[in-house]
Amino acid sequence: MDSLFIMLLFVLILAIFLGFELINKVPSTLHTPLMSGANAISGITIVGAILSSGSDSVLLTTILGTGAVFFATINVVGGYLVTNRMLGMFKKK
Amino acid sequence: MNMFFQSELFVNLSYILASILFIFGLKMLSSPETAQRGNLISALGMLLAIIVTLMGNNIISYQWLTIALIAGAIVGASAASFVKMTTMPELVALFNGFGGIASLLVGSAEFLNITSALNAIALTAVFFTVLIGGVTFTGSLLAFGKLSEIINGKPFLYFGQRTVLTIFIVLSFILGIEIVIDSGLLGISRFYLLVSLIISALILGVLLTAPIGGADMPVIIALLNSYSGVAAAAAGFVINNNVLIVAGSLVGASGLILTNIMCKAMNRSLMNVLFGGFGAVSSSEGNKSGEIQGEVKPINASDAYLILEAANSVLFVPGYGMAVSQAQHSVRELGELLEENGCEVNYGIHPVAGRMPGHMNVLLAEANVSYDLLVEPDDVNPIMDTVDVCVVIGANDVVNPDARENEGSPIYGMPVIEADRAKTVFILKRSMASGFAGIDNPLFLKENSRMLFGDAKESISTLVSEFKS
Repeated sequence: MDSLFIMLLFVLILAIFLGFELINKVPSTLHTPLMSGANAISGITIVGAILSSGSDSVLLTTILGTGAVFFATINVVGGYLVTNRMLGMFKKK
Repeated sequence: MNMFFQSELFVNLSYILASILFIFGLKMLSSPETAQRGNLISALGMLLAIIVTLMGNNIISYQWLTIALIAGAIVGASAASFVKMTTMPELVALFNGFGGIASLLVGSAEFLNITSALNAIALTAVFFTVLIGGVTFTGSLLAFGKLSEIINGKPFLYFGQRTVLTIFIVLSFILGIEIVIDSGLLGISRFYLLVSLIISALILGVLLTAPIGGADMPVIIALLNSYSGVAAAAAGFVINNNVLIVAGSLVGASGLILTNIMCKAMNRSLMNVLFGGFGAVSSSEGNKSGEIQGEVKPINASDAYLILEAANSVLFVPGYGMAVSQAQHSVRELGELLEENGCEVNYGIHPVAGRMPGHMNVLLAEANVSYDLLVEPDDVNPIMDTVDVCVVIGANDVVNPDARENEGSPIYGMPVIEADRAKTVFILKRSMASGFAGIDNPLFLKENSRMLFGDAKESISTLVSEFKS
């Protein structure tokens, strides 16, 4: 096993625990914005998509990467905007 | 361009900062006061990650990249701006599916990229990225179809369902193992190996979501949300990128927690939700232990008005029916009139009311209902005896007394809002047809229940005009 993998695995495990700690305290009122906000974060795959699309590689990789950039951008831009729109409606009188 | 800003050190430091912003953003989502700022902070993290990646010196061609970014941004922004709040579950499902397909494509692109020699670990990660990404994609699309009623929302069950599912899971893993060890025993090229895995994953997504009925949608949406995060984290292992792993794991964990909350709110295990096909079978046998007695007592709007006018405490219990008839604005108006009349008004929200976690809260927030008036079952049930009128708006299973009283009922044990304990219960309903789960609801026949038949929005509007006259 190479050390890079162990390092990534370490990050994975810690991030999962952190995720559980963070989300456990979200009140049910905010479950929908939490979900769409988290959904936007899962669009982070856009980083991988940009690297596949823009780097020097075979044509097929560029094509698939470009498709990935398109879909991930919808996910990111749409996800954050709609979450922002929803959260703007939560008001206390 | 300055060399430092393209260095690996700078890029990685920026990814760490982006991760921190995601973590803070999620943390701030836990309170309505800070949530909107939290979302902006999280978006800032994403913007940072995207910009440093674009600036990196391994990006040599921007032509297609720019087109894809702009096109995606336009599609995403217009969908987010024009969607109606009642169709929010559909949109979230759709965005989720796009995240899944993006991860699938990243995994595939890296696998087919001959310039990057992937080791066994990266190849295993390719397998999981493609598998989970594919399941997320078709699963979310099917959920979208069911929610928007393009496809029949009833659970789709067939003989040998689990066997078929098992076959495709085994097939996917065989393909996955071959992708990693490359033994050549299957006699197909790398390219077709990948294509077969993609097809298998896409079919699996359909197989997993098809048996889920409309009322169980909150669970599957939360679960697919979790999958999209796991797919992104897996993609992080393909390209050895920490920020993908951190962000993906956070989303995976968050989706899993929501899934768990939804399952608990229905008193069912995840396995039961996924494979139970709840609501496909009639549950009439469940009622043998307690025959329903009593008759339906309809009420008209003017009588309902007189009772509401005299009430000191009113609890609204909304369900999916409120979303369907878009009644949330009228409900808020009625609530305000009642408050002016010196009445205490609250909204009892069940965690699985509607079609996604928190669906009712968003609708009422849209209608300008103060969020501190939205109470959970645990808070409202102890004071139910003091409620003069409980107004059930298009909710059914979440107020079904069978959950407490009838051991034979399929929903026995589910925590419900005990509406029947209020002094008077108004039930706004189109007709006497049973709810989505197809279960009889003895609440409608209770001594203190009154049925206000008709479209929920019209009924509430009539009550509003009675108050104003």
